[in-house]
Amino acid sequence: MIKTDILIIGAGPTGLFTVFEAGLLKLKCHLIDALPQAGGQCSEIYPKKPIYDIPAYPEILAGDLTEKLLEQGKQFEPGFTLGERAETIKKLEDGSFIVTTNKGTKHHAPVVAIAGGLGSFEPRKPLIHNIANFEDKGVEYMIKDPEVYRNKRVVIAGGGDSALDWSIFLSNVASEVTLIHRRNEFRGALDSVEKVQELKNKGKINLITPAEVVGILGDDHLTGVVVTKADHIPTELEIECDHFIPLFGLSPKLGPIANWGLEIEKNAIKVNNALDYQTNIPGIFAIGDVNTYPGKLKLILCGFHEATLMCQAAYQIINPGKRYVLKYTTVSGIDGFDGTRKEAPKAVVKSID
Amino acid sequence: MSQDINITIIDREGVSHEIEAPTDMAMNLMEVVRSYELAPEGTIGVCGGMAMCASCQCYVLSDNELPEMQDEEEAMLAEAFYVKDNSRLGCQIQMTPEMEGLKVELAPES
Repeated sequence: MIKTDILIIGAGPTGLFTVFEAGLLKLKCHLIDALPQAGGQCSEIYPKKPIYDIPAYPEILAGDLTEKLLEQGKQFEPGFTLGERAETIKKLEDGSFIVTTNKGTKHHAPVVAIAGGLGSFEPRKPLIHNIANFEDKGVEYMIKDPEVYRNKRVVIAGGGDSALDWSIFLSNVASEVTLIHRRNEFRGALDSVEKVQELKNKGKINLITPAEVVGILGDDHLTGVVVTKADHIPTELEIECDHFIPLFGLSPKLGPIANWGLEIEKNAIKVNNALDYQTNIPGIFAIGDVNTYPGKLKLILCGFHEATLMCQAAYQIINPGKRYVLKYTTVSGIDGFDGTRKEAPKAVVKSID
Repeated sequence: MSQDINITIIDREGVSHEIEAPTDMAMNLMEVVRSYELAPEGTIGVCGGMAMCASCQCYVLSDNELPEMQDEEEAMLAEAFYVKDNSRLGCQIQMTPEMEGLKVELAPES
């Protein structure tokens, strides 16, 4: 059981900044995210794109913003459960919560802050009529353990970075890698595209374009895929394989959070914006893009503000009746949980002769 | 004074909406759909309008001359589902006077 003060669901910019604000109040945070890395949409969808409305940054890349936020909160030693989706929540008699992920990891905290953005990212599933029958029976939408594919025949579909990168990686693991895409052009990092070209020339990747997987073959387990090749005269062919991995990106879904008894409006969680961004369940807060209230704007900078106010309310729940006044970091410095201290240099007091 | 234009949007339930869109606010079709709430929040414009998610895919039904498709949009549509010959990403269609009379149907959510 992982124990913490504030359990944050979602490791995007809002969740990461919460770590800092909570740390100033001596509250410890742990973050859960369905993605394997921190940063949320900033890392998953647009790490190389600039953002122009982060105060004091005329321009910052989304990926760099994530790095800076991680650095800013580092001394407060946040814990992470990555690659797991928060699935269920249980309120205990003392008012604290147990949140369990899809992999069974349990987290215990007096305060839960949902900073889930648009939801957890789920793979987009291609529209192949019988694909559902073969999920986990040869069809996988995400590669968790590449060793599964050792000496197997693998077909990958998709035209983006993950399709390219996994084709490259698996060409050294699988006995046969076939990459199928609807167009001849791929969109990905230039060196990935060039590497696939090189592996194709060496015969290590079997490239079929422009083409599309339209059916799955097999009884209990997948034995092959049906491919339509869009030549001048469209042709259909069957490829024998052990695994089919469609990689068509991820799309966010509110997911299990929608069943936690929270008031939902417009795919977002209603909160009290006059006070502390608490939901209809005391002790559960929602901050950043995942919440809604009159006048809501889905901006990173609004998420930062919401996180800051939420932490004050969390302090009151965790330390009932305990006195506290807001302190400026410039005045009081920052004492990390790791023993580090940051502080403003002392002014020099010296007479001038 | 810039004029609003009249466009028709058929939502995912098949309901047709005749609406007015401003041409001087640098809005694109995806943003117009959101401003009229013709598709639930979170199901359209997920990436914010960078041609990186295809949640604003629509089928163009009128014969307005549309802005030429850029590489990013073409690549995204090559990975999207329910794509037809007249598919475009709404976020790549700016509201300009030339779009007067535009008629589109939103593609299914995927």
